[in-house]
Amino acid sequence: MYPHPSIKTEETQNLAALNSAGVVPVATPHIEIKDLNVFIEGNHILKNINLSIPNNSVTSIIGPSGCGKTTLLKTLNRLVDDNKGVTVKGSVLVNGEDIYAPGAEVTHIRKKMGLLSQKPFPLPMSIFDNVAYGPRIHGERNKTVLRGIVETQLRNVGLWDEVKDRLESSATRLSIGQQQRLCLARGLAVKPEIILGDESTSALDPISTQTIENLLIDLKSDYTIILVTHILRQARRVSDYIIFVYNGEIVEFGKTEDVLLNPKNEITQQYVKGFIS
Amino acid sequence: MNWRLLKDKIARFSSITLLVLALAVIVAIVAGLVGKSTPLLQAESLVDILSDSVWSPMKGRFGFLSFILGTVWVTLIALIVATPLCVLASIYLVEYASDRLRNMVLPLVNVLAAIPPVLYGVWGVLFVVPLLGNYIAPFLGIDSSGFSVFAGGLVLAVMIFPIMVSIMVEVLSTIPKELKDASLSLGATQWETITKVVLQKAKPGLIAAAVLGISRAFGETVAVLMVCGNIPQIPKSLFDAGYPLPALIANNFGEMMSIPLYDSALMFAALLLFVIIFGFNLLSRIILNRLEEKAA
Repeated sequence: MYPHPSIKTEETQNLAALNSAGVVPVATPHIEIKDLNVFIEGNHILKNINLSIPNNSVTSIIGPSGCGKTTLLKTLNRLVDDNKGVTVKGSVLVNGEDIYAPGAEVTHIRKKMGLLSQKPFPLPMSIFDNVAYGPRIHGERNKTVLRGIVETQLRNVGLWDEVKDRLESSATRLSIGQQQRLCLARGLAVKPEIILGDESTSALDPISTQTIENLLIDLKSDYTIILVTHILRQARRVSDYIIFVYNGEIVEFGKTEDVLLNPKNEITQQYVKGFIS
Repeated sequence: MNWRLLKDKIARFSSITLLVLALAVIVAIVAGLVGKSTPLLQAESLVDILSDSVWSPMKGRFGFLSFILGTVWVTLIALIVATPLCVLASIYLVEYASDRLRNMVLPLVNVLAAIPPVLYGVWGVLFVVPLLGNYIAPFLGIDSSGFSVFAGGLVLAVMIFPIMVSIMVEVLSTIPKELKDASLSLGATQWETITKVVLQKAKPGLIAAAVLGISRAFGETVAVLMVCGNIPQIPKSLFDAGYPLPALIANNFGEMMSIPLYDSALMFAALLLFVIIFGFNLLSRIILNRLEEKAA
């Protein structure tokens, strides 16, 4: 939608770079990041990021704390804008549309991406209203339609049977695992194309974690999923691709087994083996 | 005995003593007020005193209704004027303003809180009263000197503004960023996020701030008595003069004490004020607890 004069050349360069990193070229990249640099209050948080994230797959961003994983994730739906003193250079193309182009509409961009945060943050309203919140904002008023959306999405995340009799009670009364699934349902209700997860299981018990992980694996046939995680085993369980970020730079990007079992880069090797964390 | 352990005991003992002493003062005040107002309560029935609006000490009639309603009018006006302004101002400061602006404005707001009430009173007499009496009332076709419950309410609104804003800013700052992110990431605009999520979450805290404002407004004396006319009558419109309870006590205590039951009546006014403020705080505490339970 926003023509980019240098798309062709950069795309070829990009794919060449990925090939050299051992990645099968992505046939239909859902998200393309080009020469992305992010500064927050003068600190260079993300450095020269170039990435093509494939659709209908789970891509995990791994790396030590403070390496820029979360910033990278939040750059994708422009939540990074909310930080004080932030400068973003370069471009992020979603379906070929640059979300950092001047005049790009933020609410429209964010609607395309469901965010699952570190801890569940249910909105201060009922279970029903939590899921209906997004559709209502985007203009859905019909009660039957809203009920349908709520039921479908709660079923999608396996929560319907647990809450169908108390849809009007406060969402904060749910257990933390249920809350996180509710948040996922809430995100799915606006019909996103992409799901962003920011260490979405770190506050959950093992069983809830497994539920969420299985959900994400099920959902990838319909969505492009990008997760930030610091748990290597989780990355291994759920993801098709792994991005290893270190000090704001992408050190390695490839298929899960390649990055975890045969890392090319020395730092990746050390991280995967647990020498650095 | 070991000196350090002894010091520990002394510290514990003295702090408990001081706490008891402080509480005892409050108990003593209440006991004193009750004791002093007993003569009036023995002479007249409580219901009569509260429902009578005629205040004529010389004839031995002590009706408190006009004073109670005067207080209620002034406080309600202050609350209705101040609350929306404070909510909007604090939303602006927390959600929209830059750090620099916020850090400049907040200390300024606190300075406003430190201005002595009598200055607000002077401002009311010099500015608010003429504005109401010479411009707004004639514009509306009402005859008024400007010394009215409206003037008292406006002055009070300005006075409770700083305390309400600073508490509301604190309340709004506690709303987790992730909660706002959750709403924003669904494609909500900032205003939708504020009205549907932030204000919902902050409601108990905002109510608490308003209640603190009310408590302050109920007891405020000097600034109000300077501008609200002090005529013992039931105010029927915004532009009528009123006579709030604190003003009654401040204006009359120490004078005309030879009139029988007069000092007892004033003490009863004080007791009444105490009970109203105490009851209001209690009520709001209950509401707040309910809201918190509901939210948790």
